[in-house]
Amino acid sequence: MPTLENYIPIVGQAVIDDLRRISEKLKGRVIQNINSTAVGGGVAEILIRMVPLLKELGVDARWDVIKGGAQFFEVTKKFHNALHGKAEDIKPQDFGVFMETSQKNIDELDTYGDIVYIHDPQPITLVNKRRDNKWIWRCHVDISSPNNEVWKFLKTFIVKYDAAVFSAPSFSQELPNRQFLISPSIDPLSDKNRELSQDEIGAVLEKYGIVNDKPIITQISRFDRLKDPLGVISAYQKAKRYADCQLILAGGAAQDDPEGMDVLEEVRKKCEGDPDVHVLLLPQDDIAVNALQRASTIIVQKSLKEGFGLTVAEALWKAKPVVASNIGGIPLQVTHKYSGLLCRSIDGAAFAIKQLLNSPKYAKKLGENGREHIKNNFLITRHVMDYMLLFLALYHTEDTIYL
Amino acid sequence: MVEKEIKKAKEPFHFHTRLNLSELTGLKAFNLEGLLECLKKVPESSIYHHTHRFLQQHQYLSPEPPNDFAYWVTNSIGEKALGENLSSIDTVQFNSIDELRQVIISTVESCLKSDPAAKARSTDNNNAFCFMKSISFILPTGRSAGDLEEFVHILKNISIDSIYFHIFESRLRIGKKTNDFSYWIENSLENKKLADSISRLDPYTYTLDDLRGTIIEKVSKYI
Repeated sequence: MPTLENYIPIVGQAVIDDLRRISEKLKGRVIQNINSTAVGGGVAEILIRMVPLLKELGVDARWDVIKGGAQFFEVTKKFHNALHGKAEDIKPQDFGVFMETSQKNIDELDTYGDIVYIHDPQPITLVNKRRDNKWIWRCHVDISSPNNEVWKFLKTFIVKYDAAVFSAPSFSQELPNRQFLISPSIDPLSDKNRELSQDEIGAVLEKYGIVNDKPIITQISRFDRLKDPLGVISAYQKAKRYADCQLILAGGAAQDDPEGMDVLEEVRKKCEGDPDVHVLLLPQDDIAVNALQRASTIIVQKSLKEGFGLTVAEALWKAKPVVASNIGGIPLQVTHKYSGLLCRSIDGAAFAIKQLLNSPKYAKKLGENGREHIKNNFLITRHVMDYMLLFLALYHTEDTIYL
Repeated sequence: MVEKEIKKAKEPFHFHTRLNLSELTGLKAFNLEGLLECLKKVPESSIYHHTHRFLQQHQYLSPEPPNDFAYWVTNSIGEKALGENLSSIDTVQFNSIDELRQVIISTVESCLKSDPAAKARSTDNNNAFCFMKSISFILPTGRSAGDLEEFVHILKNISIDSIYFHIFESRLRIGKKTNDFSYWIENSLENKKLADSISRLDPYTYTLDDLRGTIIEKVSKYI
């Protein structure tokens, strides 16, 4: 696991010095992170790196995971989709299932932190246990146009928190709580983002039967309707009429996402008979993801809704030209025509793919600008700093704080 | 060879740094009238955030117009002329956030008066203007300079956030009339010429790295 020293060549000594100075101010406080899964998905991925770095800085950060069965996660997946604004058939008994498991977690999980940091809706009800400690609800979901019923239900818990944290300004809601903006981040030294040798990249392509003899368009995402994998296939098919290319759709499955297999089947059916489409259900293999991104000519993220879209940051960090939807946190990462191309439709995505395939110099420039933007704004060191400032802000009400 | 004597300062310059956290106010504007209404009531830290955020986020890329209002009015409302007027507001001439706020308000008001059709233009929730504010954490870096040689040495290695604090934040947000560097050089080193040449810079037209280089170049002439 990389240490803070390892980040100095990337972000500079001064940034690490600032992290150390700020961490001093949090000595003696226990920060307890709680989420719903230890592996899979963006939240776990961030915590796996964030918690050790905070510990190295001397901050007593810990991480607990709630328990839940298949029924509970089916309901929370429905909630997740509904918060994203997708039509979902939410039944009264769904709230019952949610509360039953939640109550078990309330009974069994010790919320010992001086600051309890709850990630996403699954563990949201734990706030009913609050005493004189501080509570933060971290929303990783795009809730710019949520289903009203689910939002109203969750809001009864959210208002009990000291603060809510969102990934994009448009996700903020009218709430009595303080609301903060903290974008997620990528770790440049993780297996998913570190430099790879040509041999390592070649080995992954070989393993998955991909021949690098024509441009590769890739979307790395869970098989989830909100990631619109079927739309990606359509865009690829339209672009391929004019520029020969191949498509990789690769993603894993998370423990709290039960509908992934159905979507995977739909995807396989849609591209049946096209040997240039590679649908890969990956096990948790970060080096494979890294290699596929690095082998790609263009990275696509054509989501219909997106909490943030860290795969965009990952691609840009590798200086890859990106075609991505103009939604959620993606426009924070991509400035249209400057550090990537934004789209709003299948036709828009197809046109952008075609444009980048035909203009490699332009594509290269977009990728380089994107890498610089990620370096300055979306690396884990900035994220660690934001978290520490957030924890400190809970103990202050003024806008200028002298430490 | 006689070594040039470096003048010692009456008081050392203590480098501070400033770290920033963005807080969402929950206020959103969907059209120019909504923008105007919010501009009048948001805290100063919000006006500061939206007129200075660009400086830090795009510090290494290009000297962007440091103004979220101009960007939104141009790209989400389609009012290019107003966008240009807002982005050309000469921030460096103001000594307080409130003065800056009044100019932004009057610029939007004149547009609404001269072009009634502008009132009708609006945007959706995805593109609404979300008012935020900056929470600043100010802390000493533990580094200080007793003369210009030490000053330049530290300036070369100090974080960009420290330079940002001493040039922008202390002048406008904390209400000093000049930047911290010029103040120290004039009062502790009695070098008014150098102090003036730094305070005459328009820091809003540089990237922060270019600004660092320019100040180092100016100070180095006196070492």
